[in-house]
Formats: sequence, C-alpha cells, structure tokens
Amino acid sequence: MKHFIISLCAALAFVFSASAQTSNTELEMQARDIGQSLRCVVCQNQSINESDAPLADDMRKLIRKQLGAGKSKAEIINYMQDNYGDFVLLKPPVQSNTYILWFGPFLLLALLLIWFIRAAGASKAEDTLQDKES
Amino acid sequence: MIRALAPLAIFLLIGIAFAVGLTKDPNVLTSELIDKAVPAFALTDLLDETKILTEDITKGQVSLVNVFGSWCVACRAEHPVLMKLSARKQINIIGIDWRDERAKGQAWLAKHGNPYSAVIFDDESVLAIKLGITGAPETFVTDKNGQIRYKHTGVITPDVWTQTLRPIALQLEAE
Repeated sequence: MKHFIISLCAALAFVFSASAQTSNTELEMQARDIGQSLRCVVCQNQSINESDAPLADDMRKLIRKQLGAGKSKAEIINYMQDNYGDFVLLKPPVQSNTYILWFGPFLLLALLLIWFIRAAGASKAEDTLQDKES
Repeated sequence: MIRALAPLAIFLLIGIAFAVGLTKDPNVLTSELIDKAVPAFALTDLLDETKILTEDITKGQVSLVNVFGSWCVACRAEHPVLMKLSARKQINIIGIDWRDERAKGQAWLAKHGNPYSAVIFDDESVLAIKLGITGAPETFVTDKNGQIRYKHTGVITPDVWTQTLRPIALQLEAE
C-alpha cells in the first residue's frame, strides 16, 4: 500500500510537471530559437543554449522573462546587440564591415574561375598550335 | 614579372590578415556603451537589503564602476589596488557584486576591506547584461554626468591605473 501511494504521488507529480511544461512549450520554443542565435560571450563559440557558463544561464533566464513580458524575438535580440555589439549575434549581419566576409568567398571563386578558364583557353591554344606544328 | 610576383603578393596579404587577426585578444570586446549613460537600474545595496540603488549614484563625480564577486580569483588580486585608491581618496569607486550570494559578498568585503562608496548587488546579471559584461573583473570609468567613458577588461594593476585609468579620470575631472 505504501509503495502504491508513493508511486501514485510520483506519477501525479510527473503529470503535473508535464502539463506545466506544455503550457509553456511555445514560449520555450521561442526562447530556444532566440538562444540559438545568440553567442555566449564567455565561451565564445557556443550559443547561449549550449553554454554552461553562468552568464549564459542568466541570459537564458532573461530571454524567458522578456518573452513572458510580451517582448518579440527582434526586440530581445536588439536588446542584446545594443549591450554586447554585433559580436553577440552568431550570424553576422550583412553590413559594410562584413561585406568581405559575406561576399569575399564568392569573389574569390569568381576570380579563380576566370583564371581557370583563361588558363584552360591558353593551354588549348598551345595544344592546337602544337598539333599544327607536328 | 607580374606572374612571378603574384604568389608573393598573396602570401603578404595572408600574412597581414593573420598578423591582424591573431594578435587580437578575443576576450576583449569593445564596449557598445562608451559615451552612453549608465543604463537605468534599481538593485539593492549589498550591505543593506532594504536600500535600493539606481543609476543616480554614478552622477555628480568621476567614478570607477568595478564588477567583482567573491568567487572571482582575479578580483582578489585587484582588490589591494582598489583599497589603495580609496584610502588615498584618488577616485570614487562603486562596486557591482556580480552573480554572488549576499552573505558571501559581505564576508568577502569584511575580510579584505571595502574600497567602495556603494556596492550594487546584482546576483542575476540584470545590470551585468545591460552593461555588456563578459567576465569579472571589469571596470568602467564614468564622468560627472553618469556617462560611461571608458571600459577596462581585466585586473587593474598599479600600471593600468597610472598609465591608463588615472589620465582618463583626470581628464574627465577637468571637463
């Protein structure tokens, strides 16, 4: 009987905590979404979702608090960006000082393609020249 | 000729990129808050739970706003320097006891001395996140209007004080 009561209590506790979670699911999803896009400024290559740093923990709490107060994702991210700068965003914004980061690889690819095509053309021309000579 | 120099030019470009990129300390973030007012806050005094401190305590005089915690090892190293500054009345120092337990913070100051004119108790990083703090110790220099004018990341050594912070403080004092 004693065992039965204990297991019943445990089951009830589980059910209640689960239902409390479901009512917060949407908020939690939003919070994770935001946390995923913010860099932990302590362990710099982790998002604040992944980081065990105490500051990241406080940031996660702050995000949930602000979401609870009806703030939007953009407002919360802006708040963090105002305080910590662009660095806090895991995805760097496209702006004048990041053009080289965003477009540099494509530019390099284009330059290499041009070089490759010209080099290929040159060697072909050389080949035909040799063919004619032989 | 140009063809022969191309590898050298590429090497130089990469070399410059690395020279700039690898010598920067990634832990030192430039503060977004330079020349902005100390953000609004209302937090309790570490030494008196019933007393609420606000951004107004930074107004009226040039101050150092120093982030510390009883858990912070480097803060222990910095503490004697702050004690000296306060004993010689060189500058007003405001403390932010960050992510600490009240009793531990109080005990730490009781043991090592209290150089602060006021200590803001920020156990949940409310003010820390507003200030863009990434670790302790960090110190802001604020002017008479309560504006943040400089941020120092890391320990204030006697050299940091005499070579960096003191000239800034004197300049702000003269404004």
